[in-house]
Amino acid sequence: MIRAEKIFKSFGEQEVLKDINLTFEAGKTNLIIGRSGAGKTVLLKILVGLYGPTSGIVWYDDVNFTSLDKKKVRDIRMSVGMLFQGTALFDSMTVEENIRFPMDMFTNKTHKEKLDRVNYCLERVNLTGVNQKYPSQLSGGMQKRAGIARAIVLQPTYLFCDEPNSGLDPKTSLVIDELIHDITQENNITTIINTHDMNSVMEIGDNIALLHDGYLAWEGNKEEVLTSNNEILQDFVFASPFLQKVRDLHS
Amino acid sequence: MNIKFIEHFGKFLIWMRLVFSKPEKMSMYWKETMRQMNDIGIGSLIIVMLISTFMGAVMAVQISYQLGGQLIPRYYVGYLVRDITIIELAPTITCLVLAGKVGSNMAAEIGGMRQKEHIDAMEIMGVNTSAFLVMPKIIAAVFVVPLLVSVAAIVSIMGAYIAAVPTGLFSGAEYIQGIRSYLETWNIFIMYVKAVVFGFILAAISCYQGYFVQGGSIELGKASTAAVVMSNIAILIADYLIAVLLTS
Ligand SMILES: Nc1ncnc2c1ncn2[C@@H]1O[C@H](COP(=O)(O)OP(=O)(O)OP(=O)(O)O)[C@@H](O)[C@H]1O
Ligand SMILES: [Mg+2]
Repeated sequence: MIRAEKIFKSFGEQEVLKDINLTFEAGKTNLIIGRSGAGKTVLLKILVGLYGPTSGIVWYDDVNFTSLDKKKVRDIRMSVGMLFQGTALFDSMTVEENIRFPMDMFTNKTHKEKLDRVNYCLERVNLTGVNQKYPSQLSGGMQKRAGIARAIVLQPTYLFCDEPNSGLDPKTSLVIDELIHDITQENNITTIINTHDMNSVMEIGDNIALLHDGYLAWEGNKEEVLTSNNEILQDFVFASPFLQKVRDLHS
Repeated sequence: MNIKFIEHFGKFLIWMRLVFSKPEKMSMYWKETMRQMNDIGIGSLIIVMLISTFMGAVMAVQISYQLGGQLIPRYYVGYLVRDITIIELAPTITCLVLAGKVGSNMAAEIGGMRQKEHIDAMEIMGVNTSAFLVMPKIIAAVFVVPLLVSVAAIVSIMGAYIAAVPTGLFSGAEYIQGIRSYLETWNIFIMYVKAVVFGFILAAISCYQGYFVQGGSIELGKASTAAVVMSNIAILIADYLIAVLLTS
């Protein structure tokens, strides 16, 4: 479980996050949704400690993560996996070396064991046969999937994904969503996903938080999304004229 | 300007403690150190040999010119070339050049990783990136730079021979006699002290510039330039301090 308590964040004059209070449960896929620029990435980076909040506390279970020293933060991070919005794959390493890197660094597995794990993770993200390619030789969507494979290779307790399926076709998107959902339930992971993809929201939204201009506008689950009459949520969900028409016909 | 310098210096010292903390996994650091040694050593060998040859050649010609017509024995040219090379030119010139070649490269490499979020990604995995990305570079530099400086010294002394003997400035025998006269092992010690210190300076300062880079490609370029300029200044200051400390 991860809990954000009264999180504020400013960059200079600009207030990016205002009084965010959220609980992200274990074994559930917790979604943070919101328009581009709403503050999703900044919130995610505060949750993993890449940015410090201007004020407020991040709790990892019962540990006050925000006030931990560097050494203890690192200990917790061994159980954290993260997919960056820009994937952040190491471009001087092959896909295999990328995914193997956390194992090389922190485990004493044999080469064979590592290779098996790499191949297993690649299989799960539907990306086989690219072990020896460099990230620059992959398509954007393939890079995304390699990034996810790297994030899950050490079986994290906490998994953060910043837009895991932007740039993927609908079918692969679905595969990735299901994959994240499955491993979350299998291993009781606390999973937090940034997205603005309504398909994911409806597919795997166990808990959903809507950010709007840096504040928390709505909280609920996928069933409640369609029934809520929160205006900002409605605005976000039925953004396109097409969906608006569907809604109007429906009601 | 001064306040800013002190601020940077303080930050640098605190950061150095992070850089020299216990490795997560020895084998990974070892591998990285070997790679760096190869990059710095093999990668710089040609340029170091090239500049050292000319360094020696110019010294031979100019010292002969300055001593010409005086009552100083000609073998003194060899003696002077050898000592100037060992005490000053081999370590200093080599390291100034290496700061330009190796230092800017280190700053750009680490700065690029910072900007592409590679450093953040490693931090999230739990890696102490200050240590993993920087310690191997500093250790490699501290070991390899003295080797390059040794090469530079030898090649420079040979360069003087090549430039002067065929053109008749002095005879081979005179030169050999010169470089075998009045050898002080202390001077060689000074050379290695300088090489180690300069190696540390150029790697540490360059990595610092890269590690804390912000913004985009313009800032990366600036960091790379700053790495070279700052290393050069620091090397010259250290050169002076070592000279004062070890020759008085
Ligand atoms: N390092 C930073 N320095 C200054 N401002 C920042 C920084 N990072 C983000 N911001 C600002 O914070 C706001 C929120 O950005 P954020 O990246 O969180 O948006 P987002 O919700 O992730 O959008 P998207 O869906 O496009 O990824 C933006 O206005 C952005 O300009
Ligand atoms: Mg974002």
